[in-house]
Amino acid sequence: MKAEEIAALLSEKFGAKILESKLDGLNPWSVVEPAEILAVCRFLRDDDSLLMDHLECLAGVDYKDRVEVVYIVYSMKHRHRYTLKCRMPREAPRLHSVESVWGVANWHEREAFDMVGIVFEGHSDLRRILLPDDWEGYPLRKDYKFPTSYRDMPV
Amino acid sequence: MQVEYSGDVMTLNMGPQHPSTHGVLRLELKTDGEVVAEAIPHIGYLHRCFEKHAENIEYPGVVPFTDRMDYCAAMNMELGYVLAVEKLMGIQVNNRVRCIRIIMAELNRIASHLIAAGTYGNDMGSFTPFLWCFRDRETILDIFEETCGARLLYNYNWIGGLMFDVQPGFEKKVIDFIDYFEPQVDNLNTLLSDNFIFIKRTANVGIMSPALALSYGVTGPNLRGSGVKFDVRKDEPYLGYEEIDFEVQVGLGEHGPVGSCWDRYMVRIREVKESCKIIRQAVAKMTPGDVQESIPKRIKPPAGEVYMRTECPRGELGYYIVSDGSLKPYRVKVKSPCFTVMSAFREISRGAMIADIIAILGSVDVVLGEIDR
Amino acid sequence: MESIAQLLQLMPKYDALPALLRASLPMLVSSIVIFALLSLVVLFLVWLERKVSAHMQDRLGPMYVGGWHGWAQTIADAIKLLLKEDIVPESTDRVLFKMAPFIVFLGAFAAFVVIPFGASSIVSDLNIGVLYILAIGSLAVVGIMMAGWASNSKYSLYGGMRSVAQIVSYEIPAAIAIMTVVILVGSLSMQDIVNAQKGGIQNWFLFRNPFTFLAFFVYFIASLAEVNRTPFDIPEAESELVAGYHTEYSGMRFAFFFLAEYANMIVVAGVATTLFLGGWTQVLPGTLAAQLIPGPIMFFLKVMVLIFVQMWLRWSLPRLRVDQLMYLCWKVLLPASFILVVGAGWLAVYWK
Repeated sequence: MKAEEIAALLSEKFGAKILESKLDGLNPWSVVEPAEILAVCRFLRDDDSLLMDHLECLAGVDYKDRVEVVYIVYSMKHRHRYTLKCRMPREAPRLHSVESVWGVANWHEREAFDMVGIVFEGHSDLRRILLPDDWEGYPLRKDYKFPTSYRDMPV
Repeated sequence: MQVEYSGDVMTLNMGPQHPSTHGVLRLELKTDGEVVAEAIPHIGYLHRCFEKHAENIEYPGVVPFTDRMDYCAAMNMELGYVLAVEKLMGIQVNNRVRCIRIIMAELNRIASHLIAAGTYGNDMGSFTPFLWCFRDRETILDIFEETCGARLLYNYNWIGGLMFDVQPGFEKKVIDFIDYFEPQVDNLNTLLSDNFIFIKRTANVGIMSPALALSYGVTGPNLRGSGVKFDVRKDEPYLGYEEIDFEVQVGLGEHGPVGSCWDRYMVRIREVKESCKIIRQAVAKMTPGDVQESIPKRIKPPAGEVYMRTECPRGELGYYIVSDGSLKPYRVKVKSPCFTVMSAFREISRGAMIADIIAILGSVDVVLGEIDR
Repeated sequence: MESIAQLLQLMPKYDALPALLRASLPMLVSSIVIFALLSLVVLFLVWLERKVSAHMQDRLGPMYVGGWHGWAQTIADAIKLLLKEDIVPESTDRVLFKMAPFIVFLGAFAAFVVIPFGASSIVSDLNIGVLYILAIGSLAVVGIMMAGWASNSKYSLYGGMRSVAQIVSYEIPAAIAIMTVVILVGSLSMQDIVNAQKGGIQNWFLFRNPFTFLAFFVYFIASLAEVNRTPFDIPEAESELVAGYHTEYSGMRFAFFFLAEYANMIVVAGVATTLFLGGWTQVLPGTLAAQLIPGPIMFFLKVMVLIFVQMWLRWSLPRLRVDQLMYLCWKVLLPASFILVVGAGWLAVYWK
């Protein structure tokens, strides 16, 4: 299926919850309202014409005015790919976890939490994965201040 | 993911420093006698903030950093990044660059699989295949050293071309190596892969069903070991792979159920032979040319984003690059195949014995540099 | 040994010594001689293992120490180990920790008392020689358990327990395989067993009848497991438990465990040679070679062949998992050895 068809199918099913789409770049994407992300992901995985059973990438990106979570999903059977984005305000971004849809989201979401500070509700084990558990701050944010010491050791 | 523990559960730590775990990985084992109830991996000991570095360095300068993620297959890591940026900028490279890139990537795939096979035998107690594999790998590293001066971390694939052209006699050296090496794979099979004890230790252990593998985003030899025929080089060919004739090897479950440790290991050995085929075809396709002719004066991609996936020896490597039109990337996210396989480790190792944990860890062939970035 | 007894009688005032001393001094002296010779052989074996493993792995091994192919490598290593700091971890049980290597070492070397190196070259020809060897083999179990427990470390304990389970289980098929030979000879004395194989290679118990042929393999495999060699070296599995029961040992104490392993290799090869390969008897009697090669040299050559096979197995085969090891012992070797001993007994009675 082409990107336009996928976008059309999503708009048909979810209507106004799909806020915006950009289909002419190298990586066509659609923006989904954060509250609906779990339903959209379930639909992507279970619908027969989509069958997106492979979550390729889940990235947290920090823009100046917002924080985004990017989901890149792929279908092994139909061989098509699509990208979803969720935009949230930079203070206290919260999103529902899609761990129940794709098992790999568990670790990807832990990393997004660790690096960008997005809290995923319903996650079974949301704690830092790459940095020590008592680290302060979210490194991949653009306004991250490098710490001068960690546990009384100068950095 | 709660498991019922019976009676005395001892928490054993296979700590970050251990002769067997391939890198600094901490496995927290909750054992009930010899059986492991849970094996929880803890990562992050090798985190070197690649993604943050990439935001502060210009595009060409990020290439050496990509080497250091998966240091056993550095050519492939560079390749993914370089192809992503070229896709973003719309650069087309000439045939010579494409062929050399294919040869280097496949040689590095052979070297990486040799490390995987050798260290796997070493973990199982068979010390001789380790040395045989490394002996053969030395010839590959000599070829790399002659071309770009480095044995392990190359900085060779540049955006739009290559750092150096290959030395004269390169094609002959490569073909000589492939001619010498293909029979050695059969030797290795006789010694290790078809060894009765090795099969007993690995063929019924760490079964990963295709559904579990897909749900956990496992790709590469780990997915193919479970019987799913999926290879990025066939699915979405890049660099001219669509013109090259090779087969995608899958695990067939000859000894034990499909998706066992032995299947994953055997897929790697068979892939090595396929890589030899690919290299021969790439050498035959090589044409003279200038490898640096497509390198732009200033690497300043237009604003936009791209997701490029390539088949690195450990699976599907994905680079998600967001560009804001400046000289430095805005965001580089690396989807590393070992990261996804490690997330599935807890599921496939439930109920195994301690010795089996080693077998499973060796068969998924993780490199911590790639997981932690 | 009579020759040593005769030598001692030449000493002045020898007859004035008390009777007990006169009876035991020859044995003491010959034990010391055997011990010294065997220590040298053990040092040689360590070097040989490094060379054999190196050539199997397509490399060279020790080349520099002492000149020709690094023959002095083991001596250099032994000196290094002697000079190391003697670390006894604080939370260990000091008495047991210090005693354990000696008991393991004792269990290995004490078996040499009854192994016949030549027609009259045996320290003491016990008429229960075979039984003595089986008993001494169990002594090492005590030492290993002490080492594993006294080290006060989870890993050492695991290693010690695994090793004990392995040795104790594999003693049974080994003993029953030995019984097949004892039934055919009718005596437990080692010299009697060797003398029953006189007359050339066709008289070896290995080739005399199918039951002892298979018993050789059962004994060889079971004794490999008793001495903790790969493929049965789970207790020392480097990649899994660091080093098992001797993780906490360093310096000379570690050297004792190490030397005991090699001495055990010689014991296993020596007992297998004596029981199945004809001991010190000539391979082809009546030929020139038979007149030139004395008994002990013949014995040594046969033992070296078996030791080479042990090394070959170590460097080619992977390791068995603990439960597979136990399965092999209890469900494969034990029934096989039962069948063999019954068959040997039937042969001995009906085929006289």
